Amino acid sequence: MSHATLATEFVADRKRAAWHDSALWFVRSKRDKCAQALPEWESLREIASQIKQHTSSRLAEYLEEFERNATANGIQVHWARDAAEHNAIVLRLLQERNVKLLAKSKSMLTEECHLNPYLEKHGIEVVDTDLGERIVQWRNEPPSHIVLPAIHIKKEEVGELFHEKLGTIAGEFQPEYLTEAARVHLRQKFLEADAGLTGVNFAIAETGGFVVCTNEGNADLGASLPSLHIASMGIEKLIPKLHHLGVFLRLLARSATGQPITTYSSHFHAPRLGGELHVVLVDNGRSKLLASEEFRRSLNCIRCGACLNTCPVYRRSGGHSYESPVAGPIGSVLGPARDAAKNASLPFACTLCGSCTDVCPVKIPLHHQLLAWRKELADEKLVPADKRFAMKMAGLLFRSPWLYATAGRVGRFALRFAPRWLVYNRLNGWGRQRELPPAPKKSFRQLFRERKK
Amino acid sequence: MPTSREQILTAVRANQPPATPVPQVKGTWIEYDDIVGQFCGLLKSIGSAGYLVDSLDQINATLAELPAYQSATRICSLVPGVGDSSVHLDSLARAHELDQLDIAIVNAELAVAENGAVWISDAAIKYRALLFMAEHLIVVVPANGLVPHMHAAYDRLRLPEFADGRKAFGAFISGPSKTADIEQSLVIGAQGPRSSAVFLLR
Ligand code: SF4
Repeated sequence: MSHATLATEFVADRKRAAWHDSALWFVRSKRDKCAQALPEWESLREIASQIKQHTSSRLAEYLEEFERNATANGIQVHWARDAAEHNAIVLRLLQERNVKLLAKSKSMLTEECHLNPYLEKHGIEVVDTDLGERIVQWRNEPPSHIVLPAIHIKKEEVGELFHEKLGTIAGEFQPEYLTEAARVHLRQKFLEADAGLTGVNFAIAETGGFVVCTNEGNADLGASLPSLHIASMGIEKLIPKLHHLGVFLRLLARSATGQPITTYSSHFHAPRLGGELHVVLVDNGRSKLLASEEFRRSLNCIRCGACLNTCPVYRRSGGHSYESPVAGPIGSVLGPARDAAKNASLPFACTLCGSCTDVCPVKIPLHHQLLAWRKELADEKLVPADKRFAMKMAGLLFRSPWLYATAGRVGRFALRFAPRWLVYNRLNGWGRQRELPPAPKKSFRQLFRERKK
Repeated sequence: MPTSREQILTAVRANQPPATPVPQVKGTWIEYDDIVGQFCGLLKSIGSAGYLVDSLDQINATLAELPAYQSATRICSLVPGVGDSSVHLDSLARAHELDQLDIAIVNAELAVAENGAVWISDAAIKYRALLFMAEHLIVVVPANGLVPHMHAAYDRLRLPEFADGRKAFGAFISGPSKTADIEQSLVIGAQGPRSSAVFLLR
C-alpha cells in the first residue's frame, strides 16, 4: 500500500495524530537544546561525516582489518551476503549449542532480516528485551521508530497489554509501575536465556571490537549472563580508529534523544572467559548501494532517529505508514534502494523542507536524495500513471508562456465562479483536506504591468 | 564457488568510491572552568550523584547516609576499604547468583565532565554482570581521572586487558539505567541499576 493510503488511516484519529506529533516534537526539542549546548556541534558533524565517507571509500580494507583484529582477539567472524544467510548463520550457532531461549536487544538489522519469525519457526523462543521492543513484540507489530519502537502506543494500551501478559492490575497504567513489571519479567528471562544477541552501533577496524549503546542495560545483561553472545552488524557500521568513537558518541545520544550520552556505551573486544563471541557481518544490498554516487552516503547513517523526530510528515503519519523496517526520511531513502517497486511512494511522502538534512549528525543530504529518488522512480515508471500524467501536463504548461497565461486566466475565472463540486471532487486529491485560497482577480503579470505605468 | 566473504569483499572493492583522506579529529572542544561542578551537576541532572572526597572514610560516611545503602543486605565491594562486603565474587558459582544484589562498589579509571560517564573495565571484575545486575552502583574514580570531554577520554584510555593478554570489556556508564519507552515518560531504573553514585577521590 502507498504511504498516503496508510497515512490516511493514521490521521483519521485526529487527536491521536496530534499527540504523536507533539511527543516527537518534544524529543526534537530536547535534541536542539543538547546540540546548542556544545559550541563545537557543527565541526563534530563535519568530522563525523568525513570519517564515514572516508570509511566507505576504503571499506574493503577496513573490513579485512576488522576481521583480522577481531579474530586475533578471539571473536569468531561470519559473513552473510543477505538476510537469509544471516538468519541461517544465527540459527546454526543457536542449534549447535542447543539454545532454547534467546535474549535479544535492539537491532534494526535483525528487523530488516526478519530474524524473529525465522527463529521462532525453528522452535527457538526469542525475547526482545528492550522495553519498547517487548511491547511491540507482544502486539505482533514491527517497531514504528528506530530509537523509540513504541512511540505510537499510549500508556493505557500498554497497561492493558501488561494486564493480559504479565497480570498487572487492570486499569493501572503508570509508566513507573509498568516498567517495574517489565523489569521483573525480563530479569527472569535474562536468567533463563541460553544466548544473547545484540546489534552493533560502531565496529572499530583498528582494535577488532565493537560498541553497543543503550539506556536500559538490557544489551549488557544479555551479553554478560549467557555464555554465547552473537552480534549482528551491517558492514557499514565500521569506523577506522578507536578515538573516532569520541566524535560519534558525542553526537549519537544528543541527536537521538537529547541526552549527552547513553547510559551504557559498552566496548566488546573479546569473549568472556569460557564464553563465545560471534560477529555476523551482513551485506544485504549495502555493497550495491555503495556503487551509487547519488545514494551511497545513506550508508553513513548511525540510526539516531533525529531525522524522524524532526520530519513533519513522519510525525503526522506514524512509522507504520512507511511499511519498512526504517521509517521517516532515512527509511524513505533506504526503502527504494532495497525494493524500488514496493517502496516507490516513500520519496513522494516528503515536503522537501530539508529539516532532516539540517539535523543529521553525519550530514547525509537526505532531502536531496529523496528528490533524486523521485526522478529515478519516474524514469523507471514506478510512479502511478495519474501522477506521471499530471507532471507531464505541468511540464508542458510551464514550458509555454502562452499556455501558462491562458491557464491562469481560466483558473482565476473558474475558481471564482465554478460550483464547488467541480473544484472539490475525487479528482482533486490536493483539495481533500485543504481549501484553496481565494483566487485573485488579476495575475501577477497584470499587477506588475500596471505598477510600471 | 567463492565464499560469501570473498563475494562481499569483491563487491565492496569494486563499488567503493576513490579513497578520501582520513580526517583529523581536531577542533576547539568545550572546556569547563569548574570541571568538578560540571561533572557533579550533570550527574544530578540524570538522576545520579557525584561527590568530591579526600578519603575512603569520607566515602564510607557518605554511603552510610544513603537510604539504599542503609537497607542493603547484599553488598559486593571491589574497592578495598569501602563498604562492608557480604558477597564475594570468588565464592559464586556463576554470575546469575548476582541477581538481587543490593550494592556493587567498583573502581573506574576515568570520568567525563561533559556527560557524567565513567570508564569501567572488567579486567579486575570476575563477573562483569555485576555492573548491570546490582540494584545500586557505586563508583570510585581518582579525581585526576576527570577529563572534560570524550576526546580527552579516548586520548587517555587504554583498552583493558587481563593478565594473560586477553582483551577485557570496558564501558562508559553514565548514571543509572533508564527508559522512556512508555509515552516518553522517563523512568529511572529500567533493567540495570536503579541508582548510581560516583566518588571522585582526591
Ligand atoms: S539519516 Fe542521519 S538523522 Fe537520520 S537516523 Fe541516520 S544519522 Fe540520524
